Amino acid sequence: MRLSKAWLVAARDFKIFRHQKNVWYSIIIFPVVISVLFPAVLEYAGRRSGGLPAAQLPTLLNSFSFFLVIGAAFVPLGIASYSIVGEKVEKSLEPLLATPLTDGEILLGKTISAIVPTLVAMYAAAAVFMVGMDEVAFSKLGYYYFPNWTIATLLLVLVPVAVVLSVLFSVIVSSRVNDVRSASSFGILMFFPFLAIYLASEIGVITLDVNNLLIISGILLALDVALFFVSTATFRREEILTKWK
Amino acid sequence: MIDTENLTRKFGNLTAVDNLTLHVNEGEVFGFLGPNGAGKTTTVRMLCCLISKTSGNARIGGYEIGSKEDSLKIRKIIGLVPDNVGLSEHLSAYDNLDFFGKIYDCTAAQRKENIKRFLEMLGLWEKRNVLAGTFSKGMKQKLAIARALIHDPQILFLDEPTANLDPESAKTVREFILDLKKQKKTIFLNTHNLDEAQRICDKIGILNTRLRVTGTPEDLEQAVRGRKTVIALELVNDAVLNALKKLSLKNLTSEGNKIMFDVVDPDKENWAVVEAIGLAGGHVQTVNVVGSTLEDVYLKLVRESA
Repeated sequence: MRLSKAWLVAARDFKIFRHQKNVWYSIIIFPVVISVLFPAVLEYAGRRSGGLPAAQLPTLLNSFSFFLVIGAAFVPLGIASYSIVGEKVEKSLEPLLATPLTDGEILLGKTISAIVPTLVAMYAAAAVFMVGMDEVAFSKLGYYYFPNWTIATLLLVLVPVAVVLSVLFSVIVSSRVNDVRSASSFGILMFFPFLAIYLASEIGVITLDVNNLLIISGILLALDVALFFVSTATFRREEILTKWK
Repeated sequence: MIDTENLTRKFGNLTAVDNLTLHVNEGEVFGFLGPNGAGKTTTVRMLCCLISKTSGNARIGGYEIGSKEDSLKIRKIIGLVPDNVGLSEHLSAYDNLDFFGKIYDCTAAQRKENIKRFLEMLGLWEKRNVLAGTFSKGMKQKLAIARALIHDPQILFLDEPTANLDPESAKTVREFILDLKKQKKTIFLNTHNLDEAQRICDKIGILNTRLRVTGTPEDLEQAVRGRKTVIALELVNDAVLNALKKLSLKNLTSEGNKIMFDVVDPDKENWAVVEAIGLAGGHVQTVNVVGSTLEDVYLKLVRESA
C-alpha cells in the first residue's frame, strides 16, 4: 500500500470539503460547544452557588474533558459520510476504482480525510478547553489543573482510537445507505457507548483516571481492529459496484 | 489488444454475460451494441478489472484479467468513461483532471500539458476553474472523456458516451472519438446508437447476454439478412404481381410503381424476376439492390434472442 496515493485521495477530499458547508458545520460546531460552553458553564455554576468546592473540581473537570472523546467519535461521522456516501451519490467512485489505486489505498485515503480534520478540530478545541477551564478553576485549586496525564492519555490515546472507530463504522454504514442524512442518522449510534461511559463516571461506577482510560482505549482498539476487517471486506471494488445499495 | 474467450459473469442465478468470445485489434474502434440489460456494462467492468469474471478468460494489452498483479497493470493502460460520468462535482474541471493525472503518476508538466490540450480540444479550457457540478450534461461528458485520457492510455472504454446528450454535444463527442481513432487509440464503445456505431466503429458486436454476431458494419448488413431488390416499373398491375408470386420471392411487397423483395444472391435471382416481369407484360425502368440497415440487423438479432 502506497501512503502517497492514499494521501492524494485525502487531499482531493479536503479540496471538496472546502465547498461543503455541512462538513464545515460538523467539524466546527461540536468542538466550539465543548471548548467554549463548558468553561462558561463552570464559571456560571461557580458564581451562582458561591463557588464549587475545590475537592469536586478534578472529578468534574475529568468528566467534562471526556466530552472531547465524545466529540472525537461524533465529528468524523459527518465527514466520512460526505466523503463516501457523497461519492456514492455523485457516482464518482467507479472512475476512481478504475484507476491503479488499490482498494486499501482508497479506503485509507477516505479514512485520513475524516481523521485529520477531526483531530485538528478536537485538539484545537482541547487547547481552548484546557485554557478556559484552567482560568475558571485556578482560583479554587490554586494551580492549573490542565495539562495533566489524564487529559494527555485521553487526547493522545483515547481520542485517536475513538476517531478511527467512528470512521470505520461510517464506512460500513455508507455501504448500506444512499444519502448523507441517513448515514449521519445511523452514526448517532456511535454516540451512545461513549455517553454510557460518561454517565457511568457521573454516577460513580467508574472513575475516568489514566488506568481506566487506557482500559477503555484497549477495548476500543480491539473494536477498531474488528471493524477494520469488516470495513475492508465491505470496501472492495466488486462489493461497491455490485452490492452497495 | 482485447481478447476474450468464453468470458462469463453470473450474478446468482442470473447470467449477465454468457461465453463472450471476441477480439479487438490495436487501433480499432469496436462498437458493442445491445439492449438495456444485455451485459454491455458488465463486460466493460470485467475488462476494466472492476468486477470479477465467473469463468472464461480475457486479456487486455497482453495482461490477464482476474490476476491481481495484472489487474493493476491493466488499469494503468486503460481509460474508462462509465455510463454515469462520475465527476467530483465540488471540484473544478482542472482539479478533476489534475487529481487523476497524479494518480497515474503523470509529472506536473505532463499534467499541465495534457489538461490544456484536452480541455482546449473539447472546448472547455475557458471553464477550467468552474466547478464541474455546474456543467451541462454535455460538458460533463466531455470532461469525463478528458479525464479518461489524461494519462494517455492505450485503450479507452466508453460506456454510452453520447447517451442523453443534445445533438450538438453528441456530435462534438463523436468527432472527438473520431480524432482519437486517427491517433490509433483502441476504443471499446458501448452504445445504443446504431447510427453512431455505423459511423465510428471499425467492427461491431451485438450482445444480448450472448454475443450474437460480430463483424464490420458492412458485413453485418449484408451477411445477416441479405439484401433487398427494388424494381421500378412503368406500371405495377395484377399480371405482374401474379407472375412474381409464382416465383416465391421472400417478403414481396409493392408500393406505387415499385416492387420490393429480399434476395440472397441478386445477380442470379434478379435476372429471373426481370424476365418474369417482361413475360407478364411489364416494363422495367430501374433495378436497384439495397442492403438491409444495421438497424434491421440489430432488431432481428435482438428479437431472435429475446
